[in-house]
Amino acid sequence: MTDSIATSAATVPSQESKHRSANTSGWLLASPLALVLAVFLVAPIVMIIAVSFWGATEWTIYPAFQFDNYEFLLSSDVTYRVFVNTLKYAAITWVFTLLIGFTVAYFLAFHVRSLTWQIALFLLCTIPFWTSNIIRMISWIPFLGRNGLANSALLSWGVIDEPLEWLLFSDFSVILAFVHLYTLFMVVPIFNTMMRIDKSLIEAAADAGASGWQTLWHVIVPLTKPGIMIGTIFVIALVMGDFITVRFMSGSQSANVGRMIQNDISLLQYPSAAATAVVLLCTVLLMIGILLRFVDIRKEL
Amino acid sequence: MTRNLDLEFVNLTKRYGDTVAVDAVSYHFAAGTYACLLGPSGCGKSSTLRMIAGHESVSDGSILLGNRDISDLPPAKRGTAMMFQNYALFPHLSVIENVAFSLKMQGKDASERKRRATEMLELVDMVLLKDRLPAQLSGGQQQRAALARALITKPEVLLLDEPLSALDPFLRIRMRAELRRLQRDLGITFIHVTHGQDEALALADEIVVMNDARIEQAGKTRAVFEAPQTAFVARFLGSHNVIALAEGVVAIRADALRINTPETARIRGSVTNIEYQGTHVALTAKVDGDQEVTALLSDKDFFGAPKNLGEAIGLDWEAEAAHALAG
Repeated sequence: MTDSIATSAATVPSQESKHRSANTSGWLLASPLALVLAVFLVAPIVMIIAVSFWGATEWTIYPAFQFDNYEFLLSSDVTYRVFVNTLKYAAITWVFTLLIGFTVAYFLAFHVRSLTWQIALFLLCTIPFWTSNIIRMISWIPFLGRNGLANSALLSWGVIDEPLEWLLFSDFSVILAFVHLYTLFMVVPIFNTMMRIDKSLIEAAADAGASGWQTLWHVIVPLTKPGIMIGTIFVIALVMGDFITVRFMSGSQSANVGRMIQNDISLLQYPSAAATAVVLLCTVLLMIGILLRFVDIRKEL
Repeated sequence: MTRNLDLEFVNLTKRYGDTVAVDAVSYHFAAGTYACLLGPSGCGKSSTLRMIAGHESVSDGSILLGNRDISDLPPAKRGTAMMFQNYALFPHLSVIENVAFSLKMQGKDASERKRRATEMLELVDMVLLKDRLPAQLSGGQQQRAALARALITKPEVLLLDEPLSALDPFLRIRMRAELRRLQRDLGITFIHVTHGQDEALALADEIVVMNDARIEQAGKTRAVFEAPQTAFVARFLGSHNVIALAEGVVAIRADALRINTPETARIRGSVTNIEYQGTHVALTAKVDGDQEVTALLSDKDFFGAPKNLGEAIGLDWEAEAAHALAG
């Protein structure tokens, strides 16, 4: 009997078996990516969440399920100040990267006429990325230092009488480095969206009597929103999660959440670090969730 | 003498580097004309239109509208409005916002914008769809919205860049009638760029046939069709045969040819193709000098004396049906 079923299924595949095989191949096709995500994304996050409930003393860590880490974290004044500081970095960096990124992308997309030049200038923007983040960051130090290039130039021009102290190891230098490092993450998605704007829309706006600024505000900005949003997500995620830039550029004088986690880790306080990481992750996800309510980026992806 | 809103080109020229796209074209359109710029792609008709609109700079010569030189004015100050080939509706704005866009740019208040945009949408029968986004409209509806947006600026000249090419054939014929009606009702000049001769013949009061950056022939639609002056015009308008005879090259309309016995006819040939077209039969013959000639016969005439492939025939015409061609 089993034989007869097998032959009939082989000669005339039933609707159901066809359906099932399509289903199976779908699962098979999705599985490599699912596996990668499971091993490299889901598992580490689950691990961090688990460890965030563990207990710790000065010398041991022990598995447990307790809320001590969160209680300590959320009742500490320092946590709030550090989170506010981190958000401040993110907000200021966002404003500057957006302004610069939008301007650069606008120039590339609408003022540079030939595709060859567009590509050439675009590649030029990526040249700094041929070196590591750290090197690009550190190269600011001799420039901004007390006896650095900036100060000596300003002194010799007579603009200032004594070296500016706030140029290096300050919020200024931290934000400068952030803007320097992350503006390209704003340029790329905005440029990409702008290149898809039909040029005849700009002509149609001119036909309707719109001035350059009106065209920018009523046509280009609304149509560039998805790109702006993607760039925003990049910049916010990068700045919120950063610890090394803050450490180098503030001379260890400022703190952000990343540094708080790093501190805990260097003291081997993994459960506490994990709890902070979970809170940070939730904060960033919440921010991105709010951003996505405003703009639908799906058509851009 | 020239009426106030006539449109005129004076040695209008467009150069892109070394290439000349429009070569010293001069022409005069009387106000209220429906004119078609007709020609193959690359003939300079689109460049001409874009120069009138102000989206392309004029390299030399000038464009006059009502005796006013508009060559260097910004697009919105010319008294022209353009309807783009792909309609160029703003994808993030609803139909009514698209139509009211120019009023918004002028800083008109919301109630006036709404009132005037609604009037325009009534004109093109789109009031019911006013809150849709362009992506939610069909091609024909997008075109109506684009028309309303162009007309709300009260232009004296409406420029249409291949307006029907994106539509399916059925809709194309309907929109054709609609464009014609709008132009009659508004009484303004329409300049319509197209590469389709049937479209130009159906719509235009005047056609301007362009080729190689120049005007090949221009005038009243019927006058041009009845008497093409060059082989190019005769071929491009279609329904004409260009035949080299002993006395020179002539154009003869396909429906002016009659089948005759080979002995008495003006030219002789053999049938190479017979195409039944319903009301007519198109009969193609190879005649002396290896030329293909097509005769369009009414079905009654053809089936009264049917011919077969390869059969020797003679072709005849009235003397006045043949127009001598220049070059």
